[in-house]
Amino acid sequence: MEAGLCCSLWKHWGLAWKTQILGREGEESSCCHKSCSSVTPCSRRRKSMCEVLSPGLAVSVLKTIFQEVHVQSLLQLDRHTVYSIITNFMGTREEELKGLGADFTFGFIQVMDGEKDPRNLLVAFQIVRDLIAKNYALGPFVEELFEVTSCYFPIDFTPPPNDPHGIQKEDLILSLRAVLASTPQFAEFLLPLLIEKMDSDLQSAKLDSLQTLTACCAIYGQKELQEFLPSLWSSLRREVFQTASEKVEAECLAALHALSACLSRSVLSSDTEDLLDSFLSSILQDCRHHLCEPDMKLVWPSAKLLQAAAGASLRAYHRVTRSVLPLLLEQYTKHPQSSQRRTILEMLLGFLELQQKWGCVEEDESTLLSLQAPVCSVVFSALTDPSVQLQLVGIRALTVLGSLQGFLSPSDLELVVDHLIRLALREEDSQSSEAAMEAAGSLAPIYPKVFSGHMVPRLEEELQSEREEESSRDHCFLQQRCLQALAAVSTHTSIVRETVPVLLQHLRKVQKGSEARNAQDVVSVCQSLHRVALQCQQDAEGCWYYHQTVVPCLLAMAVQAAMQESTHPLLGKALLEEEVLAAMVPVISAATTHLSPELAAQSVSHVVPLFLDGEISFLPQNSFPCSFQPFEDGECLEAQRRLVALLMAFVCSLPRNVAIPQQERLLRELLALSCSCNCPFTSTTAAKCFAGLVNKHPAGQQLDEILQLAVNRMESGLAEGPRRTQALTLLLWVTKALVLRYHPLSSRLTDKLLDLLGDTELGPGRFFPATVPKLVQGFHGAGPDVKANYLKGLSHVLNHLPKPVLVTELPTLLSLLLEALSCSDRVVQLSTLSCLQPLLLEAPQIMSLHIDTLVTKFLSLTSSPTMAVRIAALRCAHALTSLPTTVLLPYKARVIRALAKPLDDKKRLVRKEAVAARGEWFLLGSPGRGAACVPSLC
Amino acid sequence: LIRSINDPEHPLTLEELNVVEQVRVKVDDAESTVAVAFTPTIPHCSMATLIGLSIKVKLIRSLPERFKLDVHITPGTHASEHAVNKQLADKERVAAALENSHLLEVVNQCLSARS
Repeated sequence: MEAGLCCSLWKHWGLAWKTQILGREGEESSCCHKSCSSVTPCSRRRKSMCEVLSPGLAVSVLKTIFQEVHVQSLLQLDRHTVYSIITNFMGTREEELKGLGADFTFGFIQVMDGEKDPRNLLVAFQIVRDLIAKNYALGPFVEELFEVTSCYFPIDFTPPPNDPHGIQKEDLILSLRAVLASTPQFAEFLLPLLIEKMDSDLQSAKLDSLQTLTACCAIYGQKELQEFLPSLWSSLRREVFQTASEKVEAECLAALHALSACLSRSVLSSDTEDLLDSFLSSILQDCRHHLCEPDMKLVWPSAKLLQAAAGASLRAYHRVTRSVLPLLLEQYTKHPQSSQRRTILEMLLGFLELQQKWGCVEEDESTLLSLQAPVCSVVFSALTDPSVQLQLVGIRALTVLGSLQGFLSPSDLELVVDHLIRLALREEDSQSSEAAMEAAGSLAPIYPKVFSGHMVPRLEEELQSEREEESSRDHCFLQQRCLQALAAVSTHTSIVRETVPVLLQHLRKVQKGSEARNAQDVVSVCQSLHRVALQCQQDAEGCWYYHQTVVPCLLAMAVQAAMQESTHPLLGKALLEEEVLAAMVPVISAATTHLSPELAAQSVSHVVPLFLDGEISFLPQNSFPCSFQPFEDGECLEAQRRLVALLMAFVCSLPRNVAIPQQERLLRELLALSCSCNCPFTSTTAAKCFAGLVNKHPAGQQLDEILQLAVNRMESGLAEGPRRTQALTLLLWVTKALVLRYHPLSSRLTDKLLDLLGDTELGPGRFFPATVPKLVQGFHGAGPDVKANYLKGLSHVLNHLPKPVLVTELPTLLSLLLEALSCSDRVVQLSTLSCLQPLLLEAPQIMSLHIDTLVTKFLSLTSSPTMAVRIAALRCAHALTSLPTTVLLPYKARVIRALAKPLDDKKRLVRKEAVAARGEWFLLGSPGRGAACVPSLC
Repeated sequence: LIRSINDPEHPLTLEELNVVEQVRVKVDDAESTVAVAFTPTIPHCSMATLIGLSIKVKLIRSLPERFKLDVHITPGTHASEHAVNKQLADKERVAAALENSHLLEVVNQCLSARS
């Protein structure tokens, strides 16, 4: 048969062409002719030949194929060749083929009729798409062409396991859909088919039908749909009302949306009926009354259907809301229960959100505008309802209404602000309060004047009021809320200019005291300031204003407090508490990160001299009793030194390209401070700051010198003396800084760190809990290439740990290691496996809990393309045998079967491991395991 | 692979006892065949079958399935050479022997790596 095809093709191929080939590459083509079973080289040949084929030959070749070859009785590969020939000709000989007229189409229909192979179908579908897209004449064969393709709808195909061709059901579905939805000419045949299949019991058929319908709506017009609208609607309605599947519902709604959009789009001639209008009328008729029953099941499906139809176009939206909005408002007043009102308001909200899509409401026919007063009163009533759920929906509705330009009148806006303040400050429920703050934050940029003129002064007033009658707990609670609200509403530069001074003023007030509550209050203000900083980071102007205002102010307050403490050490300023300084760090850091390099340079020229030389002139209120010398020795300067935290927050957040004045001197001072200071907070911060600068320091001799200095200090510090902890901290941070910038010294320092793990004094007991959480956290945040490094670190750390520490920490780490096994990166796999192998031997009890995952992962990794991974996986599989036998036995048969494959690995080392592992698994649970030597039997 | 198998009677391995030697092992990877000839310590050794069985089991467990195994006694080194060879060549007998828990125990002991 194959020979038949080939010969007949050759016969009709045309002598001229044949000789041409033979003349040029006689060898190849004759070999190709001989081995007819491999048609692929032939077809490749043919394709390349298409350019040299003389005009008219393509047509005669195709005619011959159509007439003389019964394509569907050929083998798959040969059929594929025929499709390829047609595709090639369509690519290069379009004009000639079109000359055949509808005969070409008909010929192709016969060729593909009955095709079963998915690979061929993909090509054939593509040909049909091209036929239609490139306007080949379909003639009287439209229905035939539809039949020959639609017979595969809906696609039901499960690829065989281990299918090398990788064709998925989805490929075929999309390819067929592209054919079916490629022309309105198919509409009269396709729509009944879709309506029928929507009723199918198979969910996949349903979904496919709905998605195809949606695709069709993109090219269909009123004319194609008209006849089928009633049945389409009733099918969609039935599905939405009945289905339990969210997916089906979503596809139904998408299809309805598409239908409505299609009808909205169609151009009306004066004498035709507006189908959109009648279509929407029927939807309204079937759904509207359900909206009046907020407790019934069909209320939501109805609302969603209406919203899907209304969302398609402004015209559809007006048509639907004209009928639905008054109804919903009326229903809201009719139903007094909070839960019912909530449902109604949520539906209303859905329609309001659709309006948002169209933007402005300033149109005469807008229903919403005419209902402005009742809508507002409904929403406001929800805001005062005792039910939190209803309040929350009300707040969302308020946000939407506010975003509709020109909908709320100035007096409404004042009312809105009043409501938001009340909810934000007084509402018991934190959900409502937070939602109100969020709403204020999202509305503030739209109405900055209203919020800065009304909300900020009110909040300021509340913050400053010292009410006698309220208990201090209530007062404290209210202040907290005020601070949060001030931060939340700072979403526009003009508002930031109002709120920041308020917050700073409040900060000055609360930092004066020394009680624990003051410290707590300062932290709260810092949290609010931090939030504001984050919100104005994106806006260059706001960012600079914030930096310029907040950073000097915080520094001035801190410096002043530190000096007062230097002179009166017993005062105990709240501002100097570690937790307070720690709260100020993110504020300064956030205020600095997004500065433009020019402005940052300006700022750094003030801040660094402040710390190095006590240059305080740029600070507001800069009359201090003594000088600021944080890097000087001196007992009473402890408090000043602590402010290095603020320096760190600033310099470590500077953009990388900003030069730091007197950098070398600063580095030396920091290094000295980190090694010599007795206060752990100060020395750690100095170490961090030093490391941060080293990380950004440009490479070169200067950096090497300062690093050498640091290494010397660390080594002498680690060797002996009371400051080993400081030296270790410094080492940790500097190592981190160097590892992050791939500095050559980093490996030396890492080794040093690992050496120290064995140190009894700084012992692992102390080091481990400090490092591992960092490693774990880093792992989760890292990309795949970095994950490998974390794992490497982790496995090093784990290998050095004494057993008792390991066993307590292992459960938390194990899930991470198991997750890492699924990572596709082979370096990660390898380091995870080498990490797990000793653990299997040392902590079998804990590992037993994860036996299922372990077995599965190890076995699948034994077929990794990387030899080292295969070996490591086999070693782990081997190590598994040290787990309790009872745990392993259920897996024995499976493991032995799976390990048969690596026995035949092409690498000797892999085979060796496989033999060892498999042998051990055979012995599991068998008699005689374990005894090496046996007493003589004879 | 088989050099470290323990002798059932001695605390030594088969290699140490010269029961198996490299020259008597023939492997043809292309044809997937392995032939092992082993030499019992004495012509009347009662353990010859057991040694053969151990070698065979070890190879079954360690080689890919495609290999056809042939374990036999070096010609002329054992009194009942023919009988033992026949037993070792019979798949069903080998399988049956491994279902005997006592025999299996001895075989596994021979195969346990010395710790």
